[in-house]
Amino acid sequence: MKFSLEYITKSVDGWLNATFNPTIAFLIESVIVMVLVIALFAFLGLVLVIMERKVAAFMQIRLGPNRVGPKGMFQTVADTLKLIVKEGFTPNNVDKFLFNLAPFIVMITAMVAMAPLPFANGFQIWDVNIGILFITAITSVSVIGILMAGWSSNNKYSLLGAMRSGAQIVSYELSAGLSILVIVMLSGSLRISDIVAAQADGWWIFKGHIPVLISFVIFIIAATAETNRAPFDMAEAESELTAGFHTEYSGMKFALFFLAEYVNIFIVCAVGATLFLGGWMPLHFGTGTAFNTVMDYIPGIVWFFGKTFLLIFIIMWFRWTFPRLRIDQLLNLEWKYLLPICLVNLLLATIIAIAGWHF
Amino acid sequence: MYRESQIIRNNTPDNYMVINVGPQHPSTHGVLHFVITLNGETVVKLEPHLGYIHRSIEKMCESLNYRQFVYVTSRMDYLSSHINNHACALCVEQGLQVEIPERAQVIRVLMDELTRLASHLLWWGSMAMDIGALTPFFHAFREREMITEIFEETCGARLTMNYICPGGVMADLHPDFQAKVKAFLKQLKEKLPEYHELVTGNIIFQNRTKGIGILSKKDAISFGVSGPTARASGVSCDVRKRYPYELYDKLEFKEVLEDGGDCWARYLVRMEEINQSVAIVEQLIDHIPEGDIQAKTKAVLKLPKGEFYSRVETARGDLGVYIVSEGGTTPYRIKFRSPGFSNLSAMETMCKGGKIGDFVAVMGSVDLVIPDIDR
Repeated sequence: MKFSLEYITKSVDGWLNATFNPTIAFLIESVIVMVLVIALFAFLGLVLVIMERKVAAFMQIRLGPNRVGPKGMFQTVADTLKLIVKEGFTPNNVDKFLFNLAPFIVMITAMVAMAPLPFANGFQIWDVNIGILFITAITSVSVIGILMAGWSSNNKYSLLGAMRSGAQIVSYELSAGLSILVIVMLSGSLRISDIVAAQADGWWIFKGHIPVLISFVIFIIAATAETNRAPFDMAEAESELTAGFHTEYSGMKFALFFLAEYVNIFIVCAVGATLFLGGWMPLHFGTGTAFNTVMDYIPGIVWFFGKTFLLIFIIMWFRWTFPRLRIDQLLNLEWKYLLPICLVNLLLATIIAIAGWHF
Repeated sequence: MYRESQIIRNNTPDNYMVINVGPQHPSTHGVLHFVITLNGETVVKLEPHLGYIHRSIEKMCESLNYRQFVYVTSRMDYLSSHINNHACALCVEQGLQVEIPERAQVIRVLMDELTRLASHLLWWGSMAMDIGALTPFFHAFREREMITEIFEETCGARLTMNYICPGGVMADLHPDFQAKVKAFLKQLKEKLPEYHELVTGNIIFQNRTKGIGILSKKDAISFGVSGPTARASGVSCDVRKRYPYELYDKLEFKEVLEDGGDCWARYLVRMEEINQSVAIVEQLIDHIPEGDIQAKTKAVLKLPKGEFYSRVETARGDLGVYIVSEGGTTPYRIKFRSPGFSNLSAMETMCKGGKIGDFVAVMGSVDLVIPDIDR
């Protein structure tokens, strides 16, 4: 018996629809989904922050947090509690409305972008037919929140950070989008469940020849840049701009930015894992071999989180190894190198897709 | 009255933005304050404002006697406090006309070079940190920790050692000294290739430093820039070579010169100086002569009437000590020519026309220590 979350979701849905009328069933399902999303957010916040600190400590030959709980695992809980009880300070002369709105915009976009992510077979909030387009569209809204925060803070460092961030995210959207397009073309669908299903006989990174490898590398670079992580952390650049766009934020509002950053990392890595590494799809080669059957016994959710956290680790590895680029070098990298490579790569992928050369 | 806000208001065209970098800012390594005029991201004007950590060390020295004032100078350039003490001791000895025992001389040179190593290691970490790589800082501190431990065992302190005094050194070396220094040298030599792999070879680091913050040879001389910063512009100014003191004329080492004048050249000069310091320590560590650690001097030192000047090469450049004596037990006037102050004055030339990111890179490569500038 293979473990699948699909049975659970199907039976809950069936029972609710049989017991209540469809409207109430839909409302109850929405509440369940909301609770699950918020729980996932809390989980991600706690896990990713401690993971980042432990990875950093590992790279920097030190121990990292090791006092609260076993091996410091509850350090983030303590930090979060501290941030919750801290005063939500609003400085003088800021645009109060935008200042207080900005963290929520950043947070809400991160939450909404999670909707089409398939965590396991049939375990997906909204299997919309333009799933991947939806994610790219929503994640690019978060730049508005960052610009808002930078502009309304009435602080020159914040403004510089926000402007950098704006230029950076708008540029790197292009190569992220173009590298995603390669996969969309090979799969022939924007629907995420179709993209995952197309990888049932092997992940795209193995099947897709060189174009997919190139677009995977570019996607990882663009994802790092889009989430404002080092070596592309222009928006924060602590040695230049102290803390960039969130210099003036404190307490829970700061925590929202912080959490949104980590959730965004999770989302881009999940998208990367889904498109290139098969999402929840176990490691398959060809069809119907014994190897595939063995792999199927590992639940899809384990595969999904395993791949996502592998990519997250790579992005953290970048942060603790590389120096930061300068803003003009960053934009040069995108417009002079990545974008042309992406366009040529797209052409290559088109030829491969039309000729059917991929496996 | 001097008011910054007025200056900013009166002198700034509309499309320029003025930001205050410091006195509390991560890239100024202390309480240094720059008023930077920006056009977008480009630095148009850069004005250092000093005095946030002024402790009037020069004035304080006038009321301390010749044995006491040396200890205050550890607090100037806290990363090369042995060398500061050394400069003062040399100046007083020049007035007293005493011969320093050979053992004391060797110990002094050893301590100077270990200090230089410690300082350059810290600089390497902090420059990488300025440019955005946080990890090298911890790796540098692993090696630097070994040096501070050696200092702690010999001098009892890790940062402000107060070990070199007029006439020699305060105390004898601890018995483990040679073994510990050798262990340190072994580890440093093992780890240096790792340093180069982590930072020097990194393409982002090279892009951030090559051709950035260029200081021409002419400008370097006219600003009175000294130390590795000047040597990266091709100015031969190593006091150890040009005006040798103690044992330096008997030792074999190279004066490292580069002619790029950019951050990359400054980086290379300092990295090569680490090798040269290692070479000096290696030459001396097995040949520490037996003997006294202090020359015989009176309990209360009195300098004859006159003016005395001595200079040494600190990790940052040329430190000069100028004493005017009226013949009493305390100096009449004392003046320190600190390397940081002159190096700072060249900052605007180096940063003008660059981006904010370049300013941070230049700041890291010049390696300023703020208490040394303000005194």
